[in-house]
Parts: sequence; structure tokens; C-alpha cells
Amino acid sequence: MSTSGTGATMANQFPLLKTEVKAQSAPALASADAKMSLDCLDAYYGKRLAVDKVTMPFREKLITAIIGPSGCGKTTLLRTLNRMNDSIPGFRVEGKVLLDGNDIYHSKTDVIGLRRRVGMVFQQPNPFPKSIFDNVAFGMRINGLVKDHSVLVERVEQALRHAALWDVVKDRLQKSAMMLSGGEQQRLCIARALAVQPEVLLMDEPASALDPISTAKIEELMVELKKDYTIVIVTHNMQQAARVSDFTAFLLNGHLIECCPTPQLFTTPGDPRTEAYITGRFG
Amino acid sequence: MKLRIMDKTFVYLTGLAVLIILALLFTILGNIVANGWTRISWEFLSANPREGMTEGGIFPAIFGTALLVLLMSIFVVPLGVLVAIYFSEYANRTSMLYRWSRSAVDNLAGVPSIVFGLFGLGFFVQWVGRGVDKAFFGGHLAFGQPALIWAALTMAVLTLPVVIVSVEEALRAVPQSFREASYALGATKSQTTFRVVLPDAVSGVLTGGILAVSRGAGEVAPILFVGAAYFLPHLPSKLNDQFMELGYHIFVLTTQSPDVEATKPLLYATVLVLLGLTFLLNVVAIVVRARLRVLSGAAR
Ligand SMILES: Nc1ncnc2c1ncn2[C@@H]1O[C@H](COP(=O)(O)OP(=O)(O)OP(=O)(O)O)[C@@H](O)[C@H]1O
Ligand SMILES: [Mg+2]
Repeated sequence: MSTSGTGATMANQFPLLKTEVKAQSAPALASADAKMSLDCLDAYYGKRLAVDKVTMPFREKLITAIIGPSGCGKTTLLRTLNRMNDSIPGFRVEGKVLLDGNDIYHSKTDVIGLRRRVGMVFQQPNPFPKSIFDNVAFGMRINGLVKDHSVLVERVEQALRHAALWDVVKDRLQKSAMMLSGGEQQRLCIARALAVQPEVLLMDEPASALDPISTAKIEELMVELKKDYTIVIVTHNMQQAARVSDFTAFLLNGHLIECCPTPQLFTTPGDPRTEAYITGRFG
Repeated sequence: MKLRIMDKTFVYLTGLAVLIILALLFTILGNIVANGWTRISWEFLSANPREGMTEGGIFPAIFGTALLVLLMSIFVVPLGVLVAIYFSEYANRTSMLYRWSRSAVDNLAGVPSIVFGLFGLGFFVQWVGRGVDKAFFGGHLAFGQPALIWAALTMAVLTLPVVIVSVEEALRAVPQSFREASYALGATKSQTTFRVVLPDAVSGVLTGGILAVSRGAGEVAPILFVGAAYFLPHLPSKLNDQFMELGYHIFVLTTQSPDVEATKPLLYATVLVLLGLTFLLNVVAIVVRARLRVLSGAAR
């Protein structure tokens, strides 16, 4: 299925494909089972439009990948989902970002609560220069979620297990997180995000700073986590998107070119620009 | 070819400048060490001055200096840290308040220290001190006179820019990614500042504090009128006591003693002690900074 602006070209070039795709996926995309969704979202840095009229769902307990060439607005789009760009002077959005049907950019939204529900993992592993335990416990401590120390310990363990890191670090929880390898640090960051028990997990190129083995581990982990979390991942790596995601959205110059089930996007893309991108002809 | 020669000349010039500096430093230090070394003894460090300051030790001055810089730190470190936090974390760089307070701090650093002394006398002693006396002591003279606390406060104002600059530098060096990680976990700005940013900048806070102390310990002019005493038979024990201080003691030995020739060896020894203390503090500051950088920077 395609969104705004691209319909005409597609209809001309792939008339059949277009109707087929539409018939198949339109109901599924009707965002009934969307955990989050964008509704005609524009995002601006000052006067610069970085995301242009994007409408798309993020399905509950599935992985949605966002791909596209550098500077096309992937990070910007991702960061509207937990309002991480709020502190950038001049940044503003138009349109809606819905979480369980509620607009998170509504003036009454509790941003702190939102970020607890929508966790984030960054491109560069960024553990705090604190102990492994304190890293994972950080979110629970600042939120005052857990008063009882034994519960805290329990939930740290649970989060570390969830991030497939427990066996690696269980004997050195009090050691500095900085001593872990890059891949372990990134899994620690995932554990840290999971510890506050979010519903959605945003990942901005979570493996781009890692070696292939660590990357494979993170990918494995994502597939595992999808049982409990709605995941949105930005990636430059199309193989990665193809391997892990259920839906893929292709973004170009701030426009959503298409968003459809991953196998479909990679085998029968609905737009020539998508095809050009995934076959490596630009970007 | 001509450029080459100029280049060479320039190298020699800079080398010469360095040599001059080294020679100066060596002469000054060498003179002090050579003349002061022999007088330094346990007694000198631990006893009171005697015989019109021509005999005995300088313990009250060491004690007073320590007390002064300790109290000063208690005032200046928290205040400096808060201002630095405002500058680095909260201030909108284009706002009036930021620009004004920024230039106030910059200018504060350039004010001659005697001016701080006069300010301390006028503001702390005569205005605040008298106010305290009126309010709490029924007009009795208690705080409206030169005293330890006013000297410490005056010194705190003097050293404030040192602390602010050092802490601010450390705060700015904290990677933005730590702040983002914290926000993404649902932390507020103040939680992020106090639980993530400040702990990571602790080396800056420590060095700021130590540099302030070493600066404060070496200043005489600011405390001339606000609490330093020529000679006291007792150690200060209350906030409104006067106190003896190393720098001031040196001033006194040089200019006020009845027999300048007789105090000369003592004078050199006292200078040596003061220099030693400030040097030690600076070394500690450097070591602390380096150690913390190694600890936290390992994986950056
Ligand atoms: N803080 C900012 N201020 C102004 N413009 C920005 C800012 N951040 C991003 N942009 C602009 O917005 C556009 C989209 O940027 P964004 O970071 O979302 O791209 P991206 O798809 O994530 O790129 P990459 O793949 O390189 O990470 C770019 O043109 C970028 O220059
Ligand atoms: Mg990006």
C-alpha cells in the first residue's frame, strides 16, 4: 500500500501490482491493531520540513522497520514516537502521533509517562558510567516505581535475562558497565530500557556500531522480544530489515513511499523508487 | 628560503621565552628554598610565634588558613556548581539573563583582589554583619566586625569564577548521549542533571574546589580588612573570631615586624610553607582530574 503523493505514479507504472497490494494489505493497515500510528505527520526543524505527511501504523507485538537513504528523516520520525526531539529548539510537529489511540503530542500528555511506555535504544551504545546494576536500575529508581530493594534486584535480573545478558554479567553486576564489549553494552542498554517495562521499544540503528556476531545477537534478541513488545527499528541495513521485521516502511526525502509487509516490500515493491533503493541503485 | 629562516627564528624565540620563564621560576623558588629550608622544623609548623615573631612557629597561621579555605569551600563549591549547572544545562544561550550573568562572571574574574577586600568590608562586615547584630544581638557587637565568616565569604566571591569555569567545563564534557539515555527512560531534567550529568562531572567539581582553595590560600588583599589578624594568642573557635593567615602573616613579617632582619629566616620559611601547600593542592587537582578521566573515560 502506498500513501499520499505517490499514488499517481504507481498507478501508471504498476497498475496491477498497485491494486493487488492495496487489496491485500489495506484492511491490515487500517490501524485497528496498531499500537502506535502516525496520522498525517509533519515534522519541522525550524522551517525545514524533515517528515512530510506520513501516515502509518506500528502493529502491536510486531517489528516495523524504517529504511531509507541517509537524511531521509528516519531518526526524526522515530523520535516523534517518544517526543525525544522536544528539547530541540525550533522542532515542531503537525498531525498526530497516536499511542493506543491517544495523541501523544496533545498538550496534556505526560511526557515522562510516555517515555516510560515507549522506550528507546540508541545507535551508539550509551550505558551510564555506573555499575551494570545501577544502569539497569536507573529507570526504576528515578521513576520511584520500585520501593523494595529485593523487587528491584529481581527486576534487574529479569531485564538482563530478557536482554540475553544475564549469564554474561551475573557475577559482576557491581562492575562498571564501561568494561563490557560494544555488543554487550548495547544489550545492556536494551535491558535498561526493558527494566521500566515499556510497551513499545524504539531502536535507532541499534547494531550499526557493532560487529557481525554482536549484530546477529541483537537481531535474535529482537525477534525474541517481539513476543512482549511492539518494536520499531530504524536501519540502514536492508538485509537486517528483511531478516527481522514484519513490516517495512520506505522513507525518501521525508515522504513515506510505501509501508507494507516486509516480504512484499522486498520482493514486489509497489514503487519504482523502492525498487531502485533496495536493489542498491541509489542511497 | 626566507620563510625557512623566519620559521627557524620563531622556533628559537619561543624556546628562549620558555628558558627565561624557567630561569625566573628557578631563581625565585631556589632563593626561597635555599633560605627557608633550614628553618622548617616540626616546631616551626606546630608552635605559636614568640618574641615579637622572631622565634617560634606559624601554627596559628596554618590553622587559620586551613579553616578559612575550608569555610570558603563550603560556600563557594555549592554556589559555583549551581551557577555552572545553570550555564551549562538550563540557560538559553540567547537570553538576556544568560548573557548578563555570563559577562558578570567573566568580569568578576578580572577584578583586582583588593576590591574584593573593600567589598567584603562594606557589604559583609558593615552591612550584613551589622544587620545580623541588630536583628539577633540587640545591637551588641558580634558579627558587625572583621571575622572568619566574612573573610571566608569574601574569599568565596573571589574564587567563584574559578569554580564555575571548572565545573562548567566538566559538565559540557559529559556526552549528550548520557542525557538522552536518561530522558528516554523517563527522567526529568533535574533528575538527569543530578543523577547522570553531575556525577560524571565530579572531577570538575573536585578540581574546581581545589583550584579555588589554592587560589584562596594565596590571596592576602581580600582578607586584609575583613578578619585576618596580626597576632592572636588563641586559635579561632567561632565564626565571628578573627584569625591568623599565612599570606597575611608573610605580609606582617615583611612590613610590620619591629625587627625585620631578625624575622627574615622565618619569613622565607613561611613563604616556603605557603608555596608548598598551594603546590601540593595543585598537584592533587591534577592527579584527581587525571584519575577520574581514566576511570570514566575508559570506554568512551
Ligand atoms: N537537530 C536538527 N536540526 C536541524 N535539522 C535537522 C536536525 N536533525 C536532523 N535534521 C535534518 O532533518 C533531516 C532528517 O534527518 P534525520 O536525522 O531524521 O535523517 P536520517 O534518515 O535518520 O539519516 P541517517 O540515516 O543519516 O541517520 C536531515 O536533512 C537533517 O539534516
Ligand atoms: Mg538517523
